[in-house]
Amino acid sequence: MTRHLKLDGPDTSRRLDGMAQGVLGRGEPRPEGALKVTGRALYTGDRQPAGAAHGALVRATITRGRVTALNAAPVLAMPGVLAVIDDPRLVRHSGPGGQPNPPEADARSVVYHGQPVALVVAETPEQARHAARALRPDYAPEDAVTDPEDPRAPVDLPEKKQASTGDLDSAIETADVVIDRSYRTASMSAAAMEPHATLAEWEGDRLTLHGTLQMLAVARAQLAAALQIGEDRIRILAPHVGGGFGSKLGITPETVAAAIAARQIGRPVYVVCARPEALEMVSRRSETLQRIRLAADESGRLTGIGHESLVSNLPGQSFSEPVQQATHFTYEAAHRRIVHRVARVHRMMAGPVRAPGEAVGATVFECAMDELADRLGLCPVALRLRNIPKAEPVSGRPYSSNMLAACLTEGARRFGWDERHAAPRARREGEWWIGMGMASAVRVNLVMEAKARVTLHPEATALVETDMTDIGTGSYAVLTQIAAELLGLPMQAVATVLGDTELPKSSGSGGSFGAASTGTAVYLACMELRSRLAEAMGCPEPDLTLKDGHAIHANTRRPIGELMGRALMQAEGHVTPGDATGKVRQATWGAHFAEVAVNAATGETRLRRMQGTFAAGRILNAQTARSQLLGGMIWGIGMALTEELVHDARDGHVVNRDLAEYHLPVNADVPALEVHLLEETDDWATPMQAKGIGELGICGAGAAILNAIHNACGVRVRSFPATLDKVLAGLEQAEAEAAG
Amino acid sequence: MTPFEYIRAGSCDEALAAAGAPGSAFIAGGTNLLDLMKHEVMTPARLVDISRLDLAGIAPTDAGTGAGTGAGTGAGLRIGALVPNSELAADPLVRRRWPLLSRALLAGASGQLRNKATTGGNLLQRTRCYYFYDTAMPCNKRQPGSGCAAREGFNRIHAILGASDACIATHPSDMAVALRALSAEVELLAPGGGRRQVPLAGFYRLPGETPQIETVLEPGEMIAAVLLPPPEGDRQIYRKVRDRASYAFALVSVAACLRMEAGRIAAAALAFGGLAPMPWRSAKVEAALIGEAPSPALFDHAADLLLAEARGQGHNDFKIPLARRTLAAVLAEACSEEMPA
Amino acid sequence: MHVTLKINDSAHDLTLDPRTTLLDAIRLHAGLTGTKKGCDHGQCGACTVLVNGRRINACLSLAVMHEGDEITTIEGLGSPDALSPLQAAFVETDGFQCGYCTPGQICSATAMLEEIRAGWPSHVSASLDGPALPTEAEIAERMSGNLCRCSAYPNIVAAIRLVAAAREDAA
Repeated sequence: MTRHLKLDGPDTSRRLDGMAQGVLGRGEPRPEGALKVTGRALYTGDRQPAGAAHGALVRATITRGRVTALNAAPVLAMPGVLAVIDDPRLVRHSGPGGQPNPPEADARSVVYHGQPVALVVAETPEQARHAARALRPDYAPEDAVTDPEDPRAPVDLPEKKQASTGDLDSAIETADVVIDRSYRTASMSAAAMEPHATLAEWEGDRLTLHGTLQMLAVARAQLAAALQIGEDRIRILAPHVGGGFGSKLGITPETVAAAIAARQIGRPVYVVCARPEALEMVSRRSETLQRIRLAADESGRLTGIGHESLVSNLPGQSFSEPVQQATHFTYEAAHRRIVHRVARVHRMMAGPVRAPGEAVGATVFECAMDELADRLGLCPVALRLRNIPKAEPVSGRPYSSNMLAACLTEGARRFGWDERHAAPRARREGEWWIGMGMASAVRVNLVMEAKARVTLHPEATALVETDMTDIGTGSYAVLTQIAAELLGLPMQAVATVLGDTELPKSSGSGGSFGAASTGTAVYLACMELRSRLAEAMGCPEPDLTLKDGHAIHANTRRPIGELMGRALMQAEGHVTPGDATGKVRQATWGAHFAEVAVNAATGETRLRRMQGTFAAGRILNAQTARSQLLGGMIWGIGMALTEELVHDARDGHVVNRDLAEYHLPVNADVPALEVHLLEETDDWATPMQAKGIGELGICGAGAAILNAIHNACGVRVRSFPATLDKVLAGLEQAEAEAAG
Repeated sequence: MTPFEYIRAGSCDEALAAAGAPGSAFIAGGTNLLDLMKHEVMTPARLVDISRLDLAGIAPTDAGTGAGTGAGTGAGLRIGALVPNSELAADPLVRRRWPLLSRALLAGASGQLRNKATTGGNLLQRTRCYYFYDTAMPCNKRQPGSGCAAREGFNRIHAILGASDACIATHPSDMAVALRALSAEVELLAPGGGRRQVPLAGFYRLPGETPQIETVLEPGEMIAAVLLPPPEGDRQIYRKVRDRASYAFALVSVAACLRMEAGRIAAAALAFGGLAPMPWRSAKVEAALIGEAPSPALFDHAADLLLAEARGQGHNDFKIPLARRTLAAVLAEACSEEMPA
Repeated sequence: MHVTLKINDSAHDLTLDPRTTLLDAIRLHAGLTGTKKGCDHGQCGACTVLVNGRRINACLSLAVMHEGDEITTIEGLGSPDALSPLQAAFVETDGFQCGYCTPGQICSATAMLEEIRAGWPSHVSASLDGPALPTEAEIAERMSGNLCRCSAYPNIVAAIRLVAAAREDAA
């Protein structure tokens, strides 16, 4: 039996507050932890079935044009080579995040440098890789624009992403203070540690596929469409996924290639992407060019906000980095204009990467706010506090909850913000300038449709089943905790099975919506089971206490197995988004504070400490929540200081396509970080009052660091990442000016 | 990787004989060679495994190694070509007398790589130029005559000194920069039993028209050892400037080995990484420093001499001021009162 | 080529293409898939194993060069029922999220603590003369050859410090 809930309004019953098991919210260790730390958790590449052949992608060495001849014959004669797959269904790029439509087929038509054009299959991975390199197709190249700022690049202005209220130009003319600055953020890679991989096996006309995927139902729909077969013929498994961050939201080119190859040669086929493929073929976060205009009166009250952006993607792609997503509702201002441009260029597909939109949009906006505070001679925290709206600007919708002021105030207190010198270059330790910076954190809160099934066994154990994935996000932990809490069972009595399309269709992992959405489905299934147990107990459900496998009401305490008549009990939960989304503005909130040291000689920046204070509804697991926020903050460090996917100006190819030159932060880049979580009860945020937490930590984080760099040494870097060459240029300029 | 024949050598003679065949390469640690072989940037037909040869010792030598004529007293050091970078960095004698070498090694790569990478292999590291690594791109070093994609491409990590029209790649080693400042020599074994000693100064070649030839090693020659003379200075510093706090190649590095006497610089050896196709050292710079009292103006003058011929390629223009400022910072530290002798 | 690899005290007789890396031999031929491939070029550390007690990147070594070596992988350090101290500490401090880099982190940390014990200095050691101490900064530097994109670094350092502290207490 299914219990369904459409989210149309707040749920004030707060049933979780009445539970007795006491496991939800606690920092319970991950149930799959022992498997992961001993190397026993099986990821896609670990299956290694007998008889599997190995595929390697052949990738284009032109930016745009057509393969006129594949020249497969000499490669087919190489040792171990089984086939060269050149099927018109091969796809050019990854599937769109979260949507069922497939990626574009016809891989012989090249639209970016490094695009896969064929797959070589061989007995061993060594043979396949070598043969794939040996394959030299003939191409008919065409001209291609690869730079989004190239005037020849076609530019779209998607109607839904433009907005204007009031008269921004007049507000700027009459303002006491105006900031008008342009900023750049770099193209970036999700760079999950597990490279994309697929194992495809056919049994008759049924395909079983192990894949590195975040959203299995979406992936199945995309794959079915790409292969032109029915979805019911495909089963996808992904019980463990080695990180995703958006890059595994849809299928990737090797998914389709492996499935076609396995069918063609009649054997299981593995295609494990090499690291350069993950960096230059799968997807990227678009670079952005952003112009921020702020108009304010002398007290620091904003009167005008302008936020223009230029992002890029391949022609025909519907996704564009939603840079201004949070600009609509973070700060008050009567006059507002948002302009969103998408340049159509022949670079690798742009897609959602951790916190699409806010990661770059809110971060850049927070840099501009710092410049405004500086101009006004106002404390940056005070400036933010002065401009927090009472209701969402323009729409007038109330916030379901707005904790920004609390995060700013509490964060400043805990960090010791009052010790900051307002003027730059005020604190020096040896060669190092020391400075502090801050930024607000904000991220929209999303809920997606999700289903889950919970089976209660009379021996007081439970099984949670859903096609949800755990990409490091803690799904196994929090779904287990939700069921354990509601059913009154110890953690160890609940088993959670994930990552299989045969199971009820979940939200999948992405957009920070996984835990709240699929968690609510588990919650609903458990509430259904509670109702049935209450009926057996002869009491209303709200009066039933479940704890340690027993049902308790009034003076009666009975083992649940007894209530169940020794038969198992099963229920499905199903949540769908409803009108709540339109009635209120839902978001998660926070504040970042950072202290950096900038080397006066070399321009190197070292983060010395960083603190994030956040509010994100009910915390389901204190430990995994903290880990997610730490992770987000460290992504902010990378964005601020080290990460840039460099595109060659001539052909758009990714120049630094390895982990030696695409600089993820390493352990030594990360000092001890602090995370504080404020209590927040948001009744609009599902009946669990839980909100997304996986992306909030990155939003604004980089701005706190760049603002701290300015406070340290007086250099404003307006191009992320703030590598030492950019800081050095500022230091040299300041010294030249000082020398007159 | 292209297929290859694998031969494990039981002795130096066996190794040298086996490497006589065309297309042969020695493999020891393999941390750079296998990296490049996977990309098919290097495609040896035969790999001669020298990892088990008896060349992994570190031993003091008599002062008369023939390497350098430093004024320092005491013995030099012989470092076997197969000594792993981690063991060399941790060696008590190296830590005490050549701390510059320990510091340079510890600034390079990661703990795992240092355990595998060898002294000889580290000297022979190939450049990290993106275009050298990418077989879809032209590169005169990888494929002579095909052109240089870096000059008009993204050249942030490339050379400002010693480059040519054919190649602007830099040498990536930290260790070699320290060894250059320490006036090391390289002992080479030739097929047929020849043995010669080459100062590191003459070991590397500038790219000119033949960037594919990086050293004076003759075909089939093998590095047997690195020889260190006694250090000329007791103030030793290795400063590495890079894009993250660890595990990144140098944008600029400075190795300094100085001695002070009565407030003046009595001896100065300076080598630079990240600037050139080989560890860079300038006699002019050192001559300008020796005998002088340290001052910001002196350091600036030294930088002028170092960078007189420097030429940026666009994205790497910043290396010119960065080298100047890093040199000044290193000299200031090396000459300071606090510098432990 | 025929080669016998001794992995976790078991001999594996393998017939290998000479191109096979130690990593692929361990994973695909010996069937021990706990060791992960993250980059295949020594740039991420996910493939870290111990060879004769020293940590190395298994991806940058040929299997045929390891005849006679003592190879230890994550499977050899502990099992779900009998976790090694570091494995248990990683679970306790949440020193991982997706878990993909974790076997490499734990192998690396296992050998790294021995390097500290042996007095090996690091890039951040103030003095080369020791003693080497497992401070936060030392651990972070010494573990920088192991990337973690989930960015569990603070928790990884905490896990290692737990074990280092317990050892000091025991010593």
